[in-house]
Amino acid sequence: MNSIPSGPRPKHLTIGRIGLYCFILVCAIFFLMPLYVMIITSLKDMDEIRAANILNLPKELSFYSWPKAWSQACTGFVCEGLKPGFFNSVKITVPSVIVSVGLSAINGYALAFWRFRGAYFFFGLCLFGAFIPYQVMVYPLLKIEDALGIYSTLPGIILVHTIFGMPILTLIFRNFYASLPIDLFKAARIDGGNFVKIFIYVIIPMSTPITIVAVILQVTGIWNDFLLGLVFAGRDNQPMTVQLNNIVQVDYGVAEYNVDMSATILTSLVPLFVYFISGRWFVRGIAAGAIKG
Amino acid sequence: MKNSVEVKNISFSYGKTEILNDLSLDIKEGEFMVLLGPSGCGKTTLLNCIAGLLDLSDGQIWIEDDNVTWKEPKDRHIGMVFQSYALYPSMTVEKNLSFGLRMMGTAKKIIDDKIEKASNLLQINELLKRKPSQLSGGQRQRVAIGRALVRDAKVFLFDEPLSNLDAKLRAELRYEIKKLHRDLSNTMIYVTHDQIEAMTLADRISVMKDGLIQQLDTPKKIYNKPANLFVAGFIGSPSMNFLRAKFDKSNQYLLIGKKQINISKYENLNNLIDDQEVVFGIRPENIKIEKNENSILCNVELVEPMGADTLVWTSIEGTPISIRLEGSSNYNLNDEINISFDINKSSIFDSKSEERI
Repeated sequence: MNSIPSGPRPKHLTIGRIGLYCFILVCAIFFLMPLYVMIITSLKDMDEIRAANILNLPKELSFYSWPKAWSQACTGFVCEGLKPGFFNSVKITVPSVIVSVGLSAINGYALAFWRFRGAYFFFGLCLFGAFIPYQVMVYPLLKIEDALGIYSTLPGIILVHTIFGMPILTLIFRNFYASLPIDLFKAARIDGGNFVKIFIYVIIPMSTPITIVAVILQVTGIWNDFLLGLVFAGRDNQPMTVQLNNIVQVDYGVAEYNVDMSATILTSLVPLFVYFISGRWFVRGIAAGAIKG
Repeated sequence: MKNSVEVKNISFSYGKTEILNDLSLDIKEGEFMVLLGPSGCGKTTLLNCIAGLLDLSDGQIWIEDDNVTWKEPKDRHIGMVFQSYALYPSMTVEKNLSFGLRMMGTAKKIIDDKIEKASNLLQINELLKRKPSQLSGGQRQRVAIGRALVRDAKVFLFDEPLSNLDAKLRAELRYEIKKLHRDLSNTMIYVTHDQIEAMTLADRISVMKDGLIQQLDTPKKIYNKPANLFVAGFIGSPSMNFLRAKFDKSNQYLLIGKKQINISKYENLNNLIDDQEVVFGIRPENIKIEKNENSILCNVELVEPMGADTLVWTSIEGTPISIRLEGSSNYNLNDEINISFDINKSSIFDSKSEERI
């Protein structure tokens, strides 16, 4: 041991550290175990699955469950796999994300910079809306959409996702914009910007991080949604999650666990992919919103 | 001379907090007006009201003989420079400068001309292609000034533009703003809490406190004849010495405990009444160390050499007094000194109303 302190402080592996690493390791195993089981099960054939060694690696790799889950598995009497569900989900997610993020950005901008009469009340309303459980509003919304004639249609489900996404997204955008220096907005007003021009030329170019966060939230949220898709989308537009459920919940025939696993992984691939490529942005955006506002 | 900006009886409040109440201020054409005061005195609020960034609760604002009270900021012929620079981070310097003109739909050729003129004047030609994040604080503030310049603003508003800069840059840019005013002779309104900036830049200073203008006058007048105790204490560094005293009319003395000061030479002696409680104010440079019939004997308690001057601290009847001497003067702790006051340059305030007598 050095008796004279000089240079960098020596690092010791303390018992606390070891305990911490053990805890992290256990957590990682706990959360990765289901994924591990899903992947290996999807690569086994049915005989091996029946042998009931759930944690064993497959003796022989079999990939047949993947194409089957994608394009042949049966939901009821239709045997087209998950493919139509995937495209339905894309058709629902893309417009819902664009509309809800766009509108929320404008809302947040108006709330943060143009302090109109009742802005605080409106802000409080958003806060309230963000915490009401969906289930409470499903039936009234269903009646409204029915009256409007868009129940069980693509525009119907897009409208529902937009409505449910907006409170929380408005909140996120408002907090982000409130953390921008107000002088910037003042300067833009003196420079001759109006509501629209300042938004387009000054605010949008600065919104990249928070827009990415909003898009991630919406893409994963809408993609993973089951309840709203089941209720509002209608037969022709059933999202991937609903079809996955129909594949897994078969009432007759043999339950093909490897196909179920493949289908589940396929369904979760989009949100998984989004998290992987954007984790850095996600953390940054959340932090940016959290420090101020 | 005609007025460039007229603030007529304006009031402004945030909710129930009244910031400005029935405030009026006329600013002459080409004048450099400094609004000076501690934070929370309403000076920035007043500037924002003139800019149209805040709505008045009462009163009118006139700019260039035009009632702009209800007009948008962009229609008020103003340019504004902020403490935080407020440059658009996603645009290059060039785009920052031209933003206002582009919003107005000015022709490309004219924009280029104006940018060239402004960037020559401010020596930022080299920086035109850069983003604000690639500039130093001083460069950013130059660009911000340039942005006001290209808009051909009739009135320039500065909101503590130098407060974010270090001391050296602050002095440099202060000099440049003064030069700019000399060359352009636009009306300029400048908000600051820094009395040095106020003294050096202003044609007239308006010292504010609690939303009220305490004194509106030339820097010289404000420094030498402060209207009240607040102004006297706020202006000047090191600040004015204050001594609580009582007037003795028969001898024309101020009594400070057992000590006496002869004030027979004070300009407004006749306004003082016998036994009046007053505060005697004297600036550190108006105290001399010399022995005469009116001098007071005291001890040196602390010496602060500041290079050009030396500050010697002593006390009279327990109240600390600072004396500003030449840098070369040499005093040591506990030296006995005789100090005398230059009564012509002193100020006497009523201790109740705090107004100058």
